[in-house]
Amino acid sequence: MCLAIPGKVVETFNANSMLMARVQFGGVVRDACLEYVPETCVGDYVLVHVGFAISRVNEEEAQRTYAALAELDQLTELNTPEAEDVAGGVSLGSGL
Amino acid sequence: MKYLDEYRDGTVASKLVEEIRRVQTKPWVIMEVCGGQTHSIVKNGIDYLLPEGVELVHGPGCPVCVTPLEMIDKAHAIARRPEVIFCSFGDMLRVPGSNGDLFSVKSQGGDVRVIYSPLDCLKIARANPDKQVVFFAIGFETTAPANAMLAWRAKNDGVKNVSLLVSHVLVPPSIAAILQSPQNRVQGFLGPGHVCAVMGYREYEPLSARFKVPIVITGFEPIDILHGVLMTILQLEEGRAEVENEYSRILDRAGNRPAQQLVANVFEIGDRKWRGVGTIPKSGYKLRWEFRDHDAEKLFNVKEIDTREPEICISGQILRGLKKPHDCPAFGRECDPQHPLGATMVSAEGACAAYYAYGRHLQAEKEREQLVSIGGGA
Repeated sequence: MCLAIPGKVVETFNANSMLMARVQFGGVVRDACLEYVPETCVGDYVLVHVGFAISRVNEEEAQRTYAALAELDQLTELNTPEAEDVAGGVSLGSGL
Repeated sequence: MKYLDEYRDGTVASKLVEEIRRVQTKPWVIMEVCGGQTHSIVKNGIDYLLPEGVELVHGPGCPVCVTPLEMIDKAHAIARRPEVIFCSFGDMLRVPGSNGDLFSVKSQGGDVRVIYSPLDCLKIARANPDKQVVFFAIGFETTAPANAMLAWRAKNDGVKNVSLLVSHVLVPPSIAAILQSPQNRVQGFLGPGHVCAVMGYREYEPLSARFKVPIVITGFEPIDILHGVLMTILQLEEGRAEVENEYSRILDRAGNRPAQQLVANVFEIGDRKWRGVGTIPKSGYKLRWEFRDHDAEKLFNVKEIDTREPEICISGQILRGLKKPHDCPAFGRECDPQHPLGATMVSAEGACAAYYAYGRHLQAEKEREQLVSIGGGA
């Protein structure tokens, strides 16, 4: 029920004195109301729920999270020697 | 699709699982609040990926599931009236009341329509000035801004033949109700990402402090959920109880101010009954007095309908994280998505429906057979 999907704003317009947008989700384009994210520009990604954009995707935060996950990858790599020791020198990681 | 596919990456998921294994030293019980998260967990088998000792229990966060039976019956009574065009999100159509569902109302001649956005009701009302257009306004805080906009526009644009049957519920009071229960097992929460996209997460801070539980606001993709579980376990292992935000690409602490403002203009907080749980004080929205001309409960004067849930159903305990779907003797037998007995089977996002959709009733049946054969041999 709380399903919401990020999509790219391809056009903004006014309808019945409301700020609206055409939003592209993969191959599908649908209308969404922009009244709750009025600062949105064409090219931005918005999160759409039942025909309303409720949030603008923060690209900086998305990149930061991704960088953190990449760091996690390195942390795990650092920890793999213990697993290798247990396995008698046979690598269990994806290093090969 | 951008901002979706990268959060479904199997390599990142396996790294996160590895990290969870590394940091977890004790058994922990974590509840995902939102039905969308439950669906993602069961669909992707995330609960099977986690190390033994990390248990995910499924929360009350499916508004379709928790809409009380008498409210469904009220909706059906209104939808049967000849002057009414009854509009609803698709999720509500299969939910059975005491006497069939909205599909059966439609098959008996009721004008029942599925809409994409609440704003569609304005178009339908303008095109049908001799009809009363009634919208079944259900949902958590995520949906409240959309439903509030319908009431606001109907009133301010003078569209008199639009009304809302409101059954809105709120997440923080339900978390408090779970934590106050003497039988509570939940030690940490994955908070509802899209609810907080609207509301922010300030109101979760007093809950976390009062009950000393970590609450990590979490998204819906597999990577989000594993990341949320990792952040929750880190807090539990370190003895911290804070509100943290896993879903920072979508939300911040303050949430969406324009949406909160319109919701506050249209709705006020009141007591609400939750299917399978009972009445929780101050746990829902109702229309403010200024919107009484658009309040379907007042306009149609549907009297209180007394309804009873089947006794065998344990959905109330499932919604509070005390039991799992396969603990129920009716699961996959008397109760399935075509013939649901209770709250958690009525919507695709309910825990029982999600378990059923991904074949876990077959596993439950197998375990029952094994028990019977062991019992028979003794």
